[in-house]
Amino acid sequence: MTPLLQVENIAKFYGARIGCTDVSFDLYPGEVMGIVGESGSGKSTLLNTLAGHLTPDRGAVRFDTRADGLRDTVTMSEPERRMLSRTDWAFVHQHARDGLRMNVSAGGNVGERLMAVGARHYGDIRASATDWLGRVEINEDRIDDRPSAFSGGMQQRLQIARNLVTGPRLVFMDEPTGGLDVSVQARLLDLLRGLVREMGLSAIIVTHDLAVVRLLADRLMVMKDGHVVETGLTDQVLDDPQHGYTQLLVSSVLQV
Amino acid sequence: MIRVENVSKSFTLHNQGAAVIPVMRGGELTVARGECVALTGASGAGKSTLMRMIYGNYLTASGRVMVGDLDVARAAPREILGLRRNVLGYVSQFLRVVPRVATLDVVAEPLRAVGSSEADARARAGELLAQLNIPERLWQLSPTTFSGGEQQRVNIARGFAHPYPVLLLDEPTASLDATNRATVLALIEEAKARGTAILGIFHDEAARDQICDREVDVTRFTPGLAA
Repeated sequence: MTPLLQVENIAKFYGARIGCTDVSFDLYPGEVMGIVGESGSGKSTLLNTLAGHLTPDRGAVRFDTRADGLRDTVTMSEPERRMLSRTDWAFVHQHARDGLRMNVSAGGNVGERLMAVGARHYGDIRASATDWLGRVEINEDRIDDRPSAFSGGMQQRLQIARNLVTGPRLVFMDEPTGGLDVSVQARLLDLLRGLVREMGLSAIIVTHDLAVVRLLADRLMVMKDGHVVETGLTDQVLDDPQHGYTQLLVSSVLQV
Repeated sequence: MIRVENVSKSFTLHNQGAAVIPVMRGGELTVARGECVALTGASGAGKSTLMRMIYGNYLTASGRVMVGDLDVARAAPREILGLRRNVLGYVSQFLRVVPRVATLDVVAEPLRAVGSSEADARARAGELLAQLNIPERLWQLSPTTFSGGEQQRVNIARGFAHPYPVLLLDEPTASLDATNRATVLALIEEAKARGTAILGIFHDEAARDQICDREVDVTRFTPGLAA
């Protein structure tokens, strides 16, 4: 089986400081990988480098494109990379307002992504938008409201609908449940799990919440100071952590 | 179906003076198709540790842990995930689920994961829940609010939903009343008859005597304890 994403020896520096370095892994179709670590550990830098928002100083990020198989997204042309990010990738930001257009209606936010990949029929676009709002549990009668009038949890669900409407194969998520209260978080987790299974999505989720990765991720990568200190099956890393830092992380979780 | 050869395991506690605690040495075990083997030994002797090494959530330091033809001690995460989806089931002592997901869906999930249709998965889940005396009015609620015994039964229903060829059972009859205990034992007998290889931990001696063909005392593998 060909991996969907093959990351080889990626490094990103900010001047003399290390953003992240020596990161390599394969992600297969349908797999969900979690990246955990404290703030400043390089997990968001890594995610943004993989998604093409930052240019790495070293290494290759190969994606299994529909037309030509594995291609290095670091060296491909800007238009090609932009096309991939519209058709095959999705990026869910921690703050929904970074991923939404706040002064465009909810329906428009979802429809815009469809138009970016060539949809033109107004009726079809609106029908698709309505369908997706339903799937993320946003009432149909809110379709013409602006996201600025939505609660934080609704904004996050709208961002997810906007990202998944074009049927991507790989979703990058940066703290998707951060900043939401726990009851909204649980509903969002359930929604994400369902979508991952139904659509056969692969996903890379950055979070500092170990409970979230235990429920969502098949595999786990632990980062500290820009380096990957441990990787493995999620339950193995959490139940039998090998590195001192992972042991500290796991033993620091508060029990409810 | 399960063949454990000369395995060892220790824990290194980096944050407590790098203390190294050896917990297993020379572990050996086999379970054939249609056989039920019980792990015995005092609390802390390493029964659960050995079971987790077989499931792959504990790493094995040395030796081989064959489940079917995969060596779990050396397999890539992707191979272990495939094994757990299709071959290797595990009923742990604790139910761990996404909050707010309906009980029926929790039980049906392993079937969906192997590609059963939604209707088939839910029908089988309903059948098991009914067999285990979970009232139908609770099926649409999340099991997180259930009593300990009810959660345990949901966990068992989930573990038996897909007919795994290999099953690991950690105290499946703990905290169950006599009726439900009998139902669980019947489910285990059924799985055995189907050819499932079962490895279990049972503190319930009567249950162990009734369904297990052999016992393996893990005290033999405990460093510093072996006679």
